[in-house]
Amino acid sequence: MHPAVVVTGLVKQFGRFAALRGVNAEFAPNRLYAILGDNGAGKTTLLRALAGLAPPTRGSISMLGTTDLRSVCGQLGYMAHPSLLYDEMSGMENLRYFARLYEISDRAQNNKDRCADVIRAVKLDPSLTRPVGQYSQGMRQRMSLARAILHDPKILLLDEPFSNVDVHSAREMVGLLKGMRDAGKTIFVVTHQAALLEGVADEFVWMQAGQIVDRTKHLARDLNPEKP
Amino acid sequence: MKKAFPILSVLTALLLVYAFYQALWVAPTDALQGDVYRIIYYHVPSAWTAFLLFFINFLASIEYLANAKPSTQRAAKWIVIAIGIVGVIAPFIPQVRQQLPTGMYPSSVATTAVIIAALYFVIGKYFRGQDLDVLAVTTAEVGVVFCTIVLITGPIWARPVWGIWWAPGDIRLTSTLVLWLIYVSYLVLRRFSDSAQTQKLAAVLAVFGALDVPLVYFSIWFFRTQHPQPVIGGGGSIDPRMLHVLLINWMAFLCFAFLVSWSRYRLEKLRREVEEAEALESLLEPAGPAAASSKSNVPLTRGPQ
Amino acid sequence: MKPFWSITLVTLAKDIRLEWRSKDALNAMLFFSLLVVVIFVFSFDPLAEESRHIVGGLVWVAFLFAAVVALNQTWARELRNQVLDAYRVSPAPANALFLAKVLGNFIMVGILEALMAPLFVIFYNLRVLGPAWQLIPVALLGTWALVVNGTFFAAMSLRTRSRELMLPLLLFPVSIPAVLGMVAATTNILTGENPAHFYIVLLLTYDVVFTTACLALFETVLQAE
Repeated sequence: MHPAVVVTGLVKQFGRFAALRGVNAEFAPNRLYAILGDNGAGKTTLLRALAGLAPPTRGSISMLGTTDLRSVCGQLGYMAHPSLLYDEMSGMENLRYFARLYEISDRAQNNKDRCADVIRAVKLDPSLTRPVGQYSQGMRQRMSLARAILHDPKILLLDEPFSNVDVHSAREMVGLLKGMRDAGKTIFVVTHQAALLEGVADEFVWMQAGQIVDRTKHLARDLNPEKP
Repeated sequence: MKKAFPILSVLTALLLVYAFYQALWVAPTDALQGDVYRIIYYHVPSAWTAFLLFFINFLASIEYLANAKPSTQRAAKWIVIAIGIVGVIAPFIPQVRQQLPTGMYPSSVATTAVIIAALYFVIGKYFRGQDLDVLAVTTAEVGVVFCTIVLITGPIWARPVWGIWWAPGDIRLTSTLVLWLIYVSYLVLRRFSDSAQTQKLAAVLAVFGALDVPLVYFSIWFFRTQHPQPVIGGGGSIDPRMLHVLLINWMAFLCFAFLVSWSRYRLEKLRREVEEAEALESLLEPAGPAAASSKSNVPLTRGPQ
Repeated sequence: MKPFWSITLVTLAKDIRLEWRSKDALNAMLFFSLLVVVIFVFSFDPLAEESRHIVGGLVWVAFLFAAVVALNQTWARELRNQVLDAYRVSPAPANALFLAKVLGNFIMVGILEALMAPLFVIFYNLRVLGPAWQLIPVALLGTWALVVNGTFFAAMSLRTRSRELMLPLLLFPVSIPAVLGMVAATTNILTGENPAHFYIVLLLTYDVVFTTACLALFETVLQAE
């Protein structure tokens, strides 16, 4: 099976600071990858590079068989620390706007239904008219996730989706991600709460100082690896 | 570089001295303006030098943007060739010839078109990739210096001759002012930009500036036909002896500009090399004390198995 | 409807809706425009004979100041919460966003002009001695000239320090021929002394040239980190 994402010699520098120092990896489709590491390890930068927001200084990224990330951007869903939503609109209004951006459907009713479905999937109320700026952090996270999955992308790039979310909601989100992975999506989750993904993630990708240092099936990591 | 530069510097210095002597002593006194007019030997060559430098900046910026993708690079090359061909043929077609403003000969238009196209390809050949951007920043900076000289010498000239410091309708001086403003804003953008793509943004601005200049020229030209204004620098024909001295001074200024640009170019390239070396170094070294131990600072383990 | 235009219109509609909901910015800008006119009235005596001849310039300078205030907040909502990233990551064409913003600014600045122009007429007892209908193309083309480049440079300024300063700094030099055209045309129409045709053509040329340049280069600016 062709890998969904291939990263070759990826280097990302901001002036003198090297956020990514040569990342080489292949990621198979239909998997859930948890990306772990300290702050400053390069996790967010890697995700942004995959999303096409941070063009590489050196190296290349191939997504779904092509290095032209712009051509497959309709199949990517991206969620970041900021909510990427308009504070002044309600959740439903936000999603309906993004539905138009992604040209989900020609018919307004279809768009509306899809938005409502997705909002319900993240356990929020589609009829809520409160503007997103007044949501609690957890609600905002969930609405942001809804925006990311709205257009049914093949690949999901999620940066700390569980931060500031209560454990119960977080577990529900994990269940949602598991369902999506089972349905065929490739999911990348950057998180500090890796325990939530134990048993769900297919692989844990450990990053340190701008490189991938290990990939394990389980959360326990051999701390002094003697790799061949 | 090491050998040629000192030799050229000495030659340029000699040329400048010679040009100075020509300008102040040898050139005849102007019948109308007296000796005051001699500032023309600084004003005009500075202007021509500045325009040349800015024009190189424009070509380098376009090439920098076009070379980002092979498709646009090819398209740009064909467009330039087309401009060259049209520029050579069109002025000689009778209908077009009639449209040319008086004083503009078809042959000079044709030559200019060819020079533009040739310059584009010459720049593309000798400056690749990042070098185009270094060329752009160099020509912008040196160009602003010469442009400043034009804007200072202009009013100094105008005051004794016309009694006014500034003639708002003077096409050339006002166009030069706008050009100066555009390139100063270009340099400010380069300094203030935090983006990783500063070079592209600056190139975009240079393109906008270049599109603007002809419009400035025409807008003032028409304004002047409705509101006649004194012209600094005089129109009309020029005494061949004065022209001779003018050209000598232009040569001297060009050599000087070339030397300064060359130095600046080298300086910028070296600066970038240092930056890249430092960046590469930080790429290869282990990142700080935290990484030194492979013991974990990874906080999560599953606990005892 | 072609997806490009539908995205443009939907974005424009969203912006108008959001602007309408919090009328703060709009009200503040309207009041600012009023203040600008008043300052001009005190600085340039309406009764003086000379004022007649310069009022064309006064009007457009006032419009320019008001436009800069409006342009500076073009991308404010997209910057909060990094919504601009959401746009960059989507397949929506960059130019659709650009045109939506330009149209939004055009409407906004148009509203400000609609407030300020009658005030100038009142304070300066303006009478139009030339063909008054020509003021319409001048106003439309002139406003578009300011707004199309202003929106573009506002996007460029997003990646710079001193963002609010960079916008006018980049905009003013490039706008000079357009400003000359607007002012000269308006003065000619008001005083009736000279025809304004050339300036209208100049403005049209300016608009075509720079709208094309903006559309060609906006994607580069949007995707700059």
